[in-house]
This record gives sequence, structure tokens and C-alpha cells, in this order.
Amino acid sequence: MQTRNLTCIGCPMGCALTVEYTPGDKDSIKVTGYTCQRGLKYAIDEVTNPTRTVTGTIRVSNRKNLVVSVKTKDPIPKDKIDAVAEKLKEISVKAPTKIGDVALSNIENTGVDLVITKNID
Amino acid sequence: MKTKIAIIGGGPAGLAAAIEAYDKGVKDVVILERDSLLGGILNQCIHNGFGLHTFKEELTGPEYAQRFIDKVKERNIQCLLETIVIDISDKKVITAMSKERGIFTIEAEAIVLAMGCRERPRGALNTPGYRPAGIYSAGTAQRYVNIEGKMPGHKVVILGSGDIGLIMARRMTLEGAKVEAVAELMPYSGGLKRNIVQCLDDFGIPLKLSTTVIDIDGKDRVTSVTLAKVDEKMQPIPGTEEKIECDTLLLSCGLLPENELSSQMGVDLSPVTGGAKVDESLETSIDGVFACGNVLHVHDLVDYVSKEASEAGRHAAEYVLGNKTKRSEEVVNISTGNGVRYTVPVCVRKDRLEDLLTIRFRVGNVYKNPEICVYLGDKCIQRRKKQICAPGEMEQVILKKADILADDGAKEIKIAIETN
Repeated sequence: MQTRNLTCIGCPMGCALTVEYTPGDKDSIKVTGYTCQRGLKYAIDEVTNPTRTVTGTIRVSNRKNLVVSVKTKDPIPKDKIDAVAEKLKEISVKAPTKIGDVALSNIENTGVDLVITKNID
Repeated sequence: MKTKIAIIGGGPAGLAAAIEAYDKGVKDVVILERDSLLGGILNQCIHNGFGLHTFKEELTGPEYAQRFIDKVKERNIQCLLETIVIDISDKKVITAMSKERGIFTIEAEAIVLAMGCRERPRGALNTPGYRPAGIYSAGTAQRYVNIEGKMPGHKVVILGSGDIGLIMARRMTLEGAKVEAVAELMPYSGGLKRNIVQCLDDFGIPLKLSTTVIDIDGKDRVTSVTLAKVDEKMQPIPGTEEKIECDTLLLSCGLLPENELSSQMGVDLSPVTGGAKVDESLETSIDGVFACGNVLHVHDLVDYVSKEASEAGRHAAEYVLGNKTKRSEEVVNISTGNGVRYTVPVCVRKDRLEDLLTIRFRVGNVYKNPEICVYLGDKCIQRRKKQICAPGEMEQVILKKADILADDGAKEIKIAIETN
């Protein structure tokens, strides 16, 4: 049995949630402290499959003093954030860039593409 | 040069105002923008979470801006870039300056003020200590990192827990810096819960509430800052000092509407928001001059900026097309009751009311289970329960024209927060 304390992000209330669970056993999850269904769902997601969209920048190889913004097209597992952030330092693109262009497919084997989020002429 | 509608600023507010003015039938619109590209501050806000209300999806800042820039381009709306407005007269003559044109004037029939806001600088904070390199406003650091790809420092303390500060705590961490702490003077954070969790908790960055910077050390470059707890009167408590070694201090201590142009031209400003006092049509004290977005009052979400700006664009178009009733002297003032810091608008003219009136406002404290109450004269005409109201979030009430006109003699609408 593990216990985790979370702050719900569903609204400005920021309910203090407590989750008791045995890792790997979905039925064991017991959430307290939530005041609406969003809180319950958030708590369960956070202890079973927490995900985040990662945003950052990569170098533009043919421009000086300019980087271009990127994001993971979909949320990726939270424990891959650091690996993805490190990967961004290694890669670059050439201008012009266009929103939605894939900068790197399947970044760090997440199954999610890294896409450009800014047009640079 | 002459134009029907001049829009000062090409950020989210200016773009939305221009599009709506054009769509309402005024094709002769010009946007004046001092930067070399449109989109304003959104260009450096590369995190996601923009546009949930407008587009029902989470976009990054540049993506959100591009949706509006595309619409401006489709309509061939004239944009003068790298053009800074240096003066506007009360007769709506704009003096601007650019490399290409030098100094020139534009006579406008209507003007939409959409200059946005800027960050409260160190000089306005009275922070003691040395003045070494390494002290930046959070937005300046954001520009260095997200546009130019330069790191302002490696060991960072952040003062102020507004959203930009929180976002930069995560951003600097992902770029390899160590963020030692975020200090917040108030006993609560002004940032969104989501940002506290995803920018601080996710990375184990401590948020120190009721804490401020009482000293900055370092002759050439910051070497440390000293934090201390504060009491209810915001005074540092002796014995709670904590010295943190770092090379960088980021300041995220509030935003101020940028209204030098407005005050030069004689627009009445609100001492609370720092923005113009506007009526139901977002029209300022000068006929035909409208204001919207962060230059009017600092917003929490860009979606609301776009919405407000598009209303301002529509009113400006109606003014130019002669479809707007001339302003009468008879006004109903909107006053701030318990817990309400300000309202936008500050007054309405009954003969210019549309079917629905949106009043936007902010509260001055955190209220749990409050009721937002609207009074017309002595009579309560609306009462709405909320789970929470917090200073970091904009609130609004929507009133029906019929409800406001119901009492002929009423001279005042009051918004108040009531708790049991």
C-alpha cells in the first residue's frame, strides 16, 4: 500500500487529494478529499498513467540567435519528460518552418511525434 | 495618411479587434505594431494551454497567435510593423515612427487601444541589496530562452508566483538550470493551480508562501539572495532569514497595463487597474477611442482577451459606420461592493445597452463558497453561488438589458461578494 498527496488541477479550489493504492492494482485505489468527479478522475490518472504535453525549443541551424518552439503532439508519460527535454538539445531544423511540421517522429519511443509550433520565414 | 480605424498594438487584442472591425464592414483598418512580427507576447509563450475556450483545444502561444494572424492576412488588413506610436492627440491624430517612413501621422476616425501590459520591474519593488547582473523579469528571461535560445543563468531563485514565474521555473529546469525556490509575498499564489502542480510540484521546486527577498548579494553577478518570512503586515520576521546561493533572480511580481499613450491623450484611467475607464461599449472617456485586452485590465486567459477585443472592434466599427447612439450624459455607474477590486466597464448608458451586458471583475482575496451578488439600486437582481473566487482568476457576470431597464430611476449597479 502506498499513499500519495496530490493537489487537484481541475479548478482554482485545488482540493487536497489523498490516494491510497497498491501499484499495479487498479481496484485497490482509494481517493479521499475530492469534491467533484473531476478530482476523482484526476487522482486515478495521476497514480495509474500520469501524462504531460512537453513544450520546448530546438535550434534553427541556418539562423543565428534563433530557436523554434516545439511540442509533443500528444501528452507523453510523465517519466519521459526528462529524456524528451534532453533530446531537444540534440536536434535542429532548418528555416523556414511551419506549424505542424514533424521535427522528430516517435520521440524517445513514446509513439508521439515532436511537432513545430511556430512559423519562421 | 488617413484611416477609418487605427489599432495600436498587434498582439492578441489588436488582432481580434481588427478582424471583427473588418467583418462588421469597415475595410479600412490599420494595425500599428512596434515589433517585427504580429502576435505580441504570445510568440514567447511556447507552453500549451491557450485556446481551450476559443478553439476547444490546447494550443501553444505561437499557434494561438497564428490562427488570428492568418485571419488578418486573409482579409488583407494593413499592418505597419516595426512602427512605434509615440503620440496620440485627443483629436485622434496618431504620430508614429518607423525606419522606412520616419515620423509620420495618421488621422483616424476611431482608435482601438491594444498595447498590452508590461512587467513590474525591480525598481518598482524596492528590493534591497546590490544591483549586479543576473536579475531579470521573468518575461525577459522567457524571451532569451524561448526566442533567442540563450540561458540567463543556471542557479535560479524566482520572486513572485504569478503564472509567468511558474512557467519559467519549469522552462529553466527543462533547459538544465536548478531552480532553488519560488518565493511569494502573499499567503497564496496568484498563479493557476495547474501551473503550481505541473511547473513546481512535478519538478520538486519548493513554493515558499509569505516569503520575500530581503537581500541580494554579488558585485558583478548575483551570488546569493536572502529570503525571509513576512508577517500579516508583510514585514520580514527576524530569525527566518534563509540565504540561497544562486546566479540569477527572476521577478514575476505582477503586470501593469501600458497606458502612457492613453494618459498623454487625456483618457481617464482607473487607479485600480491602471487601464482606461470604459463604458458598456468599451469606449473610453474620449469619443471614438476604445480599449481592450491587457491594456484595459490584466486578463488571466488570452481567450478572454480575444473575446473582449472582438467586442471593442465591433463597437469601433459601429461608431465609424454611424450606427452607434451618441453618448448621453445619463449613466448608470457600476460600483464595487465587498470583495470586488474593480469592474470593466465602470458605467453603462441605458440607451446603448445591448441584450446582454458582460461585466468583468476581479476579487481581492480568496473566498470559499461565496455568492456573487448584483444589486440595481437596493434590489438584488442576480445571485450566483461559486465554489471559490480567487484574485488570480477573472470573474464575470452577465446581465440582461431588461433587468437593468426594469428600474427607471436606478443610478447604480453594484457587484459584491457575500459569504455566510
